[in-house]
Amino acid sequence: MSSYPHAPGFVAGDRPKVVTSRFEYTDSFTIERYLATDGYAALRKALSKPAADIHEEVKGATVLGRGGAGFPAGTKWGLTPQQVWPRYLVVNGDESEPGTYKDRLLMERDPHQLIEGCLIACYAAGLSQCFLYIRGEMALAQERVATALNEAYAAGYVGKNILGSKFSVDIVLHWGAGAYVVGEETALIESLEGNRGMPRLKPPFFPAANGLYGQPTIVNNVETLANLPWLIRNGVEAYTAIGTKTSPGTRMVAVSGHVKRPGVYEIINGTTTFRDLIFGEEFCGGIRNGNKLKAFVPGGGSAPWFTPDQLDLPFEASQVGPAGSMLGSGAIMVMDETTDIPAAALTLTHFYAHESCGKCTPCREGGTWLERILTRVVNGTGTDADLQQLIEVGTSICPGDFPHASNEALGLSAVPFPYKMTTICFVGPSAYAPIHSALTLFRSEFEARVTKRITIPVTAVGAAS
Amino acid sequence: MSRLTDANVVIAKEIIGRYPRPKSALVPLLHLSQEQNGYITREAMVHLGELVGVTSAEVYGTATFYEMFRFEPVGKYLINMCGTMSCALMGAGELMHHAEHKLGVKAGGTTADGMFTLAHAECQAACTEAPTLQVNYRYRFHVTPTDFDNLVDDLRAGKLADEIPAHGVLAKVRQRIPADKGVGAVAPEDVTEGPAWLDGKPAL
Repeated sequence: MSSYPHAPGFVAGDRPKVVTSRFEYTDSFTIERYLATDGYAALRKALSKPAADIHEEVKGATVLGRGGAGFPAGTKWGLTPQQVWPRYLVVNGDESEPGTYKDRLLMERDPHQLIEGCLIACYAAGLSQCFLYIRGEMALAQERVATALNEAYAAGYVGKNILGSKFSVDIVLHWGAGAYVVGEETALIESLEGNRGMPRLKPPFFPAANGLYGQPTIVNNVETLANLPWLIRNGVEAYTAIGTKTSPGTRMVAVSGHVKRPGVYEIINGTTTFRDLIFGEEFCGGIRNGNKLKAFVPGGGSAPWFTPDQLDLPFEASQVGPAGSMLGSGAIMVMDETTDIPAAALTLTHFYAHESCGKCTPCREGGTWLERILTRVVNGTGTDADLQQLIEVGTSICPGDFPHASNEALGLSAVPFPYKMTTICFVGPSAYAPIHSALTLFRSEFEARVTKRITIPVTAVGAAS
Repeated sequence: MSRLTDANVVIAKEIIGRYPRPKSALVPLLHLSQEQNGYITREAMVHLGELVGVTSAEVYGTATFYEMFRFEPVGKYLINMCGTMSCALMGAGELMHHAEHKLGVKAGGTTADGMFTLAHAECQAACTEAPTLQVNYRYRFHVTPTDFDNLVDDLRAGKLADEIPAHGVLAKVRQRIPADKGVGAVAPEDVTEGPAWLDGKPAL
């Protein structure tokens, strides 16, 4: 197990490396290093076969989308209407889900791998222009991808008649300006059209049918595309030999919070469990200071929380969903016994309330209400009625039973994911998710706040050590 | 006054030319304008509207949606302190408290000498390295109060000028598509045929 100062947070292990194979090199982002380590070999191999064959390979490998929804990329590419041109590729590099840290590393450390993945996708799905949308705040990632694109254009890997073939595609670097909701694919498209980044109502605006400029558009996450060069080079069998049948390959997972060794790990998909990740010696090595695990968020800030009861679940959507949460974007946030649960939930609710684009009333108004009420409770000036009010407001965003984990001590059985929602996108429900989990699993901490009027400063969500 | 300079108009036209529709260039052009002036002025928005063919009101509508665009001057160094969950769990609250004391301003404020603007920020995608901050969108990880003091002192002393440019500058490298290498953008309505490589045969 090693970590590298040039790839902050990344921890390499003795496991298959599909997307992080070059992270050990300090110059992994240069075209020289890329070419010396099988770079652009997959592109050459892909172009030597008909486009439809490459599409079949990606379908056959079941490359699940790594952005959050987990939809297979090959299937998504097949959803474009026949004979409607042009079709576009939009790369979602707007990583900003709380807890998530992987796409930025992939863009900073191996931009050519991403570019090669974009080229393979464009070739296979007949996409004639690619827009690579990087989050605005990621200056270094923008710099590395811009440099890599300039190198790739100069060397003939991108642009007109790539490698002398009839395949031609431009990759345009685009960058955002700070808006979490733009990570939602229809909002990303709005933003790319130069508009306010507000999600579009689906249907009819499923991007594969009606996306950028009203044309068929494939939106793929950075990590998803970064998988393609390895897959094409090594073949479907080698790819599906890693992980499980339903979740093949590897996944980038960031584990943060109160663990001994927070880090970004490329794990084997489908079989690695949360216990492996949090307590395994080859991963985080347990909770800091020998403390006890109190709760963890399994799939980014939007995901309902788990407690130690769920530690043995594997990284497999078909098991995590029925257990009441989601794998989302591969982000685990760990809370130890010292964590102030209502205050921790408030940091997330504040995030989603702040990031609401304002299009849907339940999110715009509801998120703000949730934040204000919870702030009162956390500050020790709330009442019993406030706890009820939180649930009422939350239910107006997500009617019916909200998903949550089972809990043996509390006698709770799980309510499976997903939730129902009165909003277009998931930002509104995400403002409620942490409150619902915290209130369901740790109600006594809220009750202590409202009855005993415990006032502690909001700063003490957790301590530095 | 704060319209794009002639040199920047050349860059702006190059950027606009990459998109099938000019308005798509708006966010990158707003960044270019902010890079030039440090923030977005009314004249800049009028000019950008002229360049991409929309009204200045539309430019304003887009610009105000995005948090990175500032409509009044900020300090030379904008310090964004992450306060979302992973950082909060690792002491971001105390760090912000410390930063406010060190700089003598509350979050959102700018120091009297115009050097620093201190701001609350949301998740910066470096959660394993908590607590984090960005100075003009350059990262600092595992930040302790002492680290923060040293950072501010170094910035004041001009020691980090090479690494951290003034507010508004993001990537120091721009994408350049050479005229002889690029395919060129085409308005979607002008595309009538599918891509040449979808003929059922290998491209190479």
